Amino acid sequence: MRKSLYAFLGLVIVGCSSNVEVSVEQRIREQLIDAQPGDVIEIPAGKFSFERGLSLTSDGVTIRGQGMDETVLSFAGQVAGAEGLLVTASYFTIEDLAIEDTKGDGLKVNEGENITIRRVRVEWTGEPKTENGAYGIYPVQTTNVLVEDTITRGASDAGLYVGQSRDVIVRRNLAEFNVAGIEIENTIHADVYDNVATNNTGGILVFNMPQLMQEGKATRVFKNRVYANNTRNFGHPGTPVASVPAGTGVIVNSNDQVEIFENEINDHKTANIIISSLFMTGYADATQSSAFDPYPEGIFIYDNKISNGGSAPDNKELEMARTLIFGEKGRLPDIVWDGFFDPEKLVDGKIPDALKICVDNGDVGILNVNGPSGFTQPSLDKRPFMCTLDKLPAVDLGRDNQGRT
Amino acid sequence: MRLLGVLILVLVVACTDTKSTPVFHADNNPSSLSDWNLFKTSSGKLELTEGVVPYDLNSSLFTDYALKLRTIWVPRQRRGVLDLSEDIGFPIGTVISKTFYYPKGSEPETVLMGQEVAGALNPLLTRLDHVKLVETRLLVRRDSGWEAVSYVWNSTQSDAKLTKIGGVVDLTLADKELNRTSFAYLVPDINQCAGCHAPNNTSREIEPLGIKPRHFNKEFTHDSKVQNQLEHLAVLGYLRKPPSSDMVSPNVDWTNTKYSLDRRARAYLDINCSHCHNPVGPADTSGLDLTVSARDKLDLGVCKLPIAAGAGTGGRLFSIVPGQPDASILIHRLETTDPGAMMPELGRALQHKEGVALVRAWIEEMDGEC
Repeated sequence: MRKSLYAFLGLVIVGCSSNVEVSVEQRIREQLIDAQPGDVIEIPAGKFSFERGLSLTSDGVTIRGQGMDETVLSFAGQVAGAEGLLVTASYFTIEDLAIEDTKGDGLKVNEGENITIRRVRVEWTGEPKTENGAYGIYPVQTTNVLVEDTITRGASDAGLYVGQSRDVIVRRNLAEFNVAGIEIENTIHADVYDNVATNNTGGILVFNMPQLMQEGKATRVFKNRVYANNTRNFGHPGTPVASVPAGTGVIVNSNDQVEIFENEINDHKTANIIISSLFMTGYADATQSSAFDPYPEGIFIYDNKISNGGSAPDNKELEMARTLIFGEKGRLPDIVWDGFFDPEKLVDGKIPDALKICVDNGDVGILNVNGPSGFTQPSLDKRPFMCTLDKLPAVDLGRDNQGRT
Repeated sequence: MRLLGVLILVLVVACTDTKSTPVFHADNNPSSLSDWNLFKTSSGKLELTEGVVPYDLNSSLFTDYALKLRTIWVPRQRRGVLDLSEDIGFPIGTVISKTFYYPKGSEPETVLMGQEVAGALNPLLTRLDHVKLVETRLLVRRDSGWEAVSYVWNSTQSDAKLTKIGGVVDLTLADKELNRTSFAYLVPDINQCAGCHAPNNTSREIEPLGIKPRHFNKEFTHDSKVQNQLEHLAVLGYLRKPPSSDMVSPNVDWTNTKYSLDRRARAYLDINCSHCHNPVGPADTSGLDLTVSARDKLDLGVCKLPIAAGAGTGGRLFSIVPGQPDASILIHRLETTDPGAMMPELGRALQHKEGVALVRAWIEEMDGEC
């Protein structure tokens, strides 16, 4: 039935195209509307401009350009639509093209399974600025997600953001000049590896936010190059990432079971790694449903190459701690913990092993700013962190090395 | 002379021969709106063909100050199965239409801020030379489910043409003080129709939004007779069983100040937002539920943190800060016309000043703090 409708519409278009020239832009929009499972929508090389957002609703569609620099969908003149491309479908693949200068998010996939985003560049051209759209690549409420070899630049929130999802691999991507480079939020089972995050405000974020359908856990961040993420925070005030201090490498906030290993993390003026709770972002208890767990628990940091952090924290409390403890020219240790833990989970006055923050990373220093004490009793004692946790299993998407199912 | 008489007779026969009832197209969308035969405009009036029932809603969606004519039609042989109380049962062949129009301004592409006439056909539609018809959107119940399609009216308003890819209509709106605002009126592409009409983002089935008991249970004047819309459908034989009066608690008309601010604001947010902001909607990613039945304050946005709002925060910390509309993200989202920040995401290019004022007043009177 549906097919015959589209066949009919196809005839109408064919009928029209004899006297009216159909632009590539119009053809792309038509192809997205007519798309059926199994279709490959090929977009030629060139720069194509859209004043309205695009959307795809059919499962099983591949959108393919001729390369991240060859096929460019530009939304610089956008007057309608909160995204460049909005996908509400499963078994979706997009590869080899660029999306530029959208008013809101670049590529959003809202609910679906088996999502592949590969060699896609989403960029806000020009200097990083607050007026830029929020997220570059934005799968949310998705399952079995592969994001690889992408480039994101200039997002006023996160360049590459995976939210409220399950079973996710994010690999070999470059994220730069965003507020957050790569952000994994409220997601269960994510592997984030072989990525480069640089020149963002914060490099790689693993967050949990309250009041959502699931709390995230079990993320592995490994073998990434995270360096010099010192760009001033140009996020919109009020967004969670606006609280990220400039010069942060990896941040775990309110998330559980996070493993950070074999990364190279260096040259961050606030801290190379921050482990924090929702309290650190300055939000009051009133904002959380009682069910939300704001504490980062079961965090395991090991075998990273970490250097050169904490020279000039972009955070009042941390800067005060730096000068007080380490002097005018001193540096903060590479790992900073806000010190908040769940007092209700203590057993015999101690944090149970599985909920600990464990650091097995040579001579890397740790600062507990002791938030519960009002940041008045910081500690450099590494002993509470001398422990190991069971390692998380690798995420298995059931795909081969090329990411195919 | 005799020949002329024959000619006239032929013309008359031709006219009366023209079908006076709508035509259901089961498999395809014809290229012209006239092929559905829902309306006639040739007399300079917009006239509904036989069996096409106009209706309106207790509170309605804002679309850039466009006036709207809504109709429903069910083929005669398929009547008697509609059951609104169970929210099901639109028979195959049902055609729902919504025509967007404005009072015409003095210059081309200039339109005026018109006045809806609650519970009756707008008399403007009897003077089409004073009206700019923009588009007519149809929801067609076919064998496989609902399908959405839009038709854009031609300049002579003799007919409207099918558009699959939608478009932007550049208009200038003049308000009562004749302040002019240019804006990009959006005709959605077919996929974008699902942006609102697939309120369950898992099933993704297209469905009507307005013909829900809570919106539809109200009075309307048909041929000078005031009648409840559900009862009217029953009289026409559309319904499987007569509506019971306790069947539905209707939303209020948000413009009617005899109702409480809370009920008015909730009715406004329900019809304007809850197609996405419901527990299974596309905006469940935000954790904000604006259905009229939502009870939890946090779900409703009180002291709720933004999740992926980006520019939508407007620099504010919470969706709603009781007593402080200017600190509430909700108000910024309604006020802004930046496509990357505004709500709803589609179908609005202008600020709805009266709607904003209502939601402002509602937040203003809320107690509490964040």
